[in-house]
Amino acid sequence: MTTSEIIEATLRSAFPGATELAVIDRTGGGDHFQVVVADARFEGLSLVDQHRLVYEALDGPLQDGAIHELRIKTKGAA
Amino acid sequence: MSELQDRIKTVVENEPVALFMKGTPQMIMCGNSDRALRALREAGAPVTAVDILVDPAIRQELSQLSGWPTIPQVFIRGELVGGADIVEELAETGELEEKLSAALGPEYREQAEERVVSVV
Repeated sequence: MTTSEIIEATLRSAFPGATELAVIDRTGGGDHFQVVVADARFEGLSLVDQHRLVYEALDGPLQDGAIHELRIKTKGAA
Repeated sequence: MSELQDRIKTVVENEPVALFMKGTPQMIMCGNSDRALRALREAGAPVTAVDILVDPAIRQELSQLSGWPTIPQVFIRGELVGGADIVEELAETGELEEKLSAALGPEYREQAEERVVSVV
């Protein structure tokens, strides 16, 4: 599995109710990613707390260095 | 708490706007630190920057303190506002200026001086 696929699978299991979920390899190099997650869970949370949920979900690939840079966009359920 | 963490905490709590970044505003060493600084500058924020590359322990202790894993980190009056993505997003929607105005007073732009402090 590529890092991109690992990130997507990890996010899918962390946010099973996501109404939108995308992983974009920003540079094509497989280590700079933009993720977009829309989930009802984010509603009512500050952006800091929303991004924290994403960081927590991706703790593994962030810790082992597979993700060099992560950009996060979160929103409520579409 | 270590002395270093104590000094980091002092900056976070006492500076109106603290930006922990890679490099300094004069020599930015990372694209994301650049994005955060630009957004803050555009909003007219009085930025106090801390270069975390000076000592690897800074990043470690900072993340322990804030519970935020990445750099940059922006604090307004001691409150973690977020990293580059959030600061950019808030700048685009105008919420960053609202936040600055609410935390620092409506005249905050007048004291918008940029400075660099060290925690080591």
